Amino acid sequence: MATRLKEVDAVMVGMGWTGAIMAREFTKVGLNVVGLERGQDHIPGNDFMLPNLRDELRYAARLELMQDNSLDTITFRNAPDEFGLPIRRFGAFLPGEGVGGSGNHWGGLHWRFLPTDFRIRSVLTERYGASAIPDDMTIADWPVSYDELEPHYDRFDKLCGVSGKAGNLRGQVIEGGNVFEGPRSDEYPNKPLKSSAGGLLMSDAAKRLGYHPFPIPVSNSSAPYTNPEGVTLGGCQYCGFCNRTACEANAKASSVTTLMPVLRADPRFELRTRAFVSRLVYDKAGRRVTGVVYTDLRNGEEYEQPAGIVVLSAYVFGNTQFLLLAGIGEPYDRATGKGVVGKNYAYQFEAGAVAFFEDRELNSYMGAPGQLVCIDDFNGENFDHGGLGFFGGGYFAGGSGGSAPIYGRATPHGTPRWGSEWKQATVKWYNHFVRFNTQGSVYANRDNYLDLDPTYRDALGRPLIRLTYNATDNDHKMSRYLLEKLEGIIRAMNPTSYEMHPRPKNFSIVPYQSTHNTGGTMMGSDPKSSVVNRYLQTWDAHNLFIQGASVFPQQHGYNPTGTVGALCYWSAQAIINKYLKSPGPLVQA
Amino acid sequence: MADDNIPRRTFLVGAGAAGSAAVTGVTASPVVAAADSAPAPVATAQPDAWLTLNPTEAAFVMAVVDTLIPADELTPSGSACGVATFIDRQLAGAYGSGARLYRDGPFLKGKPEHGYQLALTPRDYFRAGIAATNDWVRKRHGKDFDRLGEAEREAALKEMEQGKAEFPGFSSKEFFEALLTITMEGFFSDPIYGGNRDMASWKMVGYPGLPASYRDDVKTYFNKKYDKPPQSIADFV
Repeated sequence: MATRLKEVDAVMVGMGWTGAIMAREFTKVGLNVVGLERGQDHIPGNDFMLPNLRDELRYAARLELMQDNSLDTITFRNAPDEFGLPIRRFGAFLPGEGVGGSGNHWGGLHWRFLPTDFRIRSVLTERYGASAIPDDMTIADWPVSYDELEPHYDRFDKLCGVSGKAGNLRGQVIEGGNVFEGPRSDEYPNKPLKSSAGGLLMSDAAKRLGYHPFPIPVSNSSAPYTNPEGVTLGGCQYCGFCNRTACEANAKASSVTTLMPVLRADPRFELRTRAFVSRLVYDKAGRRVTGVVYTDLRNGEEYEQPAGIVVLSAYVFGNTQFLLLAGIGEPYDRATGKGVVGKNYAYQFEAGAVAFFEDRELNSYMGAPGQLVCIDDFNGENFDHGGLGFFGGGYFAGGSGGSAPIYGRATPHGTPRWGSEWKQATVKWYNHFVRFNTQGSVYANRDNYLDLDPTYRDALGRPLIRLTYNATDNDHKMSRYLLEKLEGIIRAMNPTSYEMHPRPKNFSIVPYQSTHNTGGTMMGSDPKSSVVNRYLQTWDAHNLFIQGASVFPQQHGYNPTGTVGALCYWSAQAIINKYLKSPGPLVQA
Repeated sequence: MADDNIPRRTFLVGAGAAGSAAVTGVTASPVVAAADSAPAPVATAQPDAWLTLNPTEAAFVMAVVDTLIPADELTPSGSACGVATFIDRQLAGAYGSGARLYRDGPFLKGKPEHGYQLALTPRDYFRAGIAATNDWVRKRHGKDFDRLGEAEREAALKEMEQGKAEFPGFSSKEFFEALLTITMEGFFSDPIYGGNRDMASWKMVGYPGLPASYRDDVKTYFNKKYDKPPQSIADFV
């Protein structure tokens, strides 16, 4: 029997980005908040320090900051008629664990979605006709517009100290920024990072071809910066260790660097780590959740934490799993297309290239992901899809830097992978290559979804989430188109040699691709087609709010974190201004 | 490079002696026996006690890393760079014991897209892989992998890499990939883990290691070679 604890105003399930944002917004208006986190605490001045942070084996190979698969994982299959097998060690994507979550180890690429992305089904229908959208493409308009989210995007930019260059300031288009972006109410809080030599080569070539290159927006402060919470971030050291590692300079924004210092000092907030939440306590008749049950991993005791408001701020898979286990919302049934929980899982479709430059000293290990140069000419509806046979798109990014030697080496195709010849080629090329990536949308498909696995269980005995996913023909066509355009830019850079890396037909969980999983608890305008309403409130339990990319109806051609943060502020504002005054459904079903 | 085989052969004689210790009364541990009988260069290359590899496995791992990373004008051999020591320590530690690995059954054969699906920990997987490789090599050559000449070792590893080597009930290609991965980790990781001795690989490619704070250097060395000598985590302790 779980020990019943004293009720609190709100409980957060997971203390990454959204748990911290929501906790901060709640304590500001006087609520008492408990943050539950199954991983360990992370304190920058203690856990993220030099010299030990510069350890590619520990962080990039042994994945110290990632979710521990021995306690919890998911199962995976490519198609509904296959048997799902557990991901025994994460590869394709790397969810983080512990306070800060995936925000500790992200690359910091900080984007907004396009205004047209938020009404994608309507836009495609207007431009190409309703019949042009394939039947199995289950994309949906968002129930919130870019204009509604813009103030919240801006707020999240300022929390993080994002470095970049505006391309559209209150409707005025500015060359040198992303001219395709939606109107911004304000310039980025920090100037862009200094572009890498490889990035500038790409920039020159792209300009010659008539494209619109700009420095990629990134949550690494280019200079010391104090955010509106009064927390000071350091300036980026261009160390090259952003991905899979945390930041000793506190330049890369995470909840640990931007918000936790304030929350830790706030008596209305209590952090409990190693608290592994097993389930929601659902009062179906009352249409509310009365609290959560968790196991304290330090002593094995089970506790029930009653709360007035429950916020699911776990990762995509955990958020969906909690609903399916509690019976909140109708599970998606792929055979009939009915139901919503688990529906519209989407991923990010990335493919890339590498180009070699014999005569250029590119110092491949220096620098941050934010030194990339980018073009957005082929994202979303920034280009005409008439006659192309696919929808969606993505941005192209290229640059040199961040290539530590275990994973970051590159040699031209045909080079042996070992032996003296391999060594000579590695020496010749290690500091002379530029990498490129196309970060593409994944428009939801009927066959890609999450449900509960019938066979495998986690350390608490709960069924694992089962991921059924494969790249669709649409996504492959989209990606091939992007690679063709990218190849044109690379040729214009005049490299010694280059090679394009298209994705294989089947999605594999082995090679790293992207940690941008989305969907499963999609937002929408009615309970038949969505799990949460426009304020991220569940239709079936009015005091249960779901945060994070699990609410995306589909994935667009950008990194998701910027939109995750904006949605969280938008949801918090609705809870504080409306829900607290009159608890109940914020949107009538 | 037939000379290279001599220490390995001697090493295995030591192992054989230990294996029959109950009969012959030889009490010296194989490691001591190997160290005593090995010529000086090998003693320099491999002064560390093995934590988990048995003598046959240690000889195999040393032969593999010396084939994947041969001594040449760029670096000493893989084992002289500590890569065999690295592998031994990794397999003896948390990683080798299956830390962070989901190990609940049922264990079913998957597609390549499913990734690793075996019940074995990395330590036990390498144990099985080494035995399977040596069985295969013995059938063709009448001796273990580490006793082959350099050309034969290279040929054997290439067959495994290309999936042409057929091991009964075991994927030679997957095992090769595991060997290559852990070898490269050992060669290129910070020397604190026992490999990349004297930062040999970092010097080879021009990777400066730590502190990697390039805030000013990205300007100073824009399009310009950066050639400061490397430093390890250990240099900052």
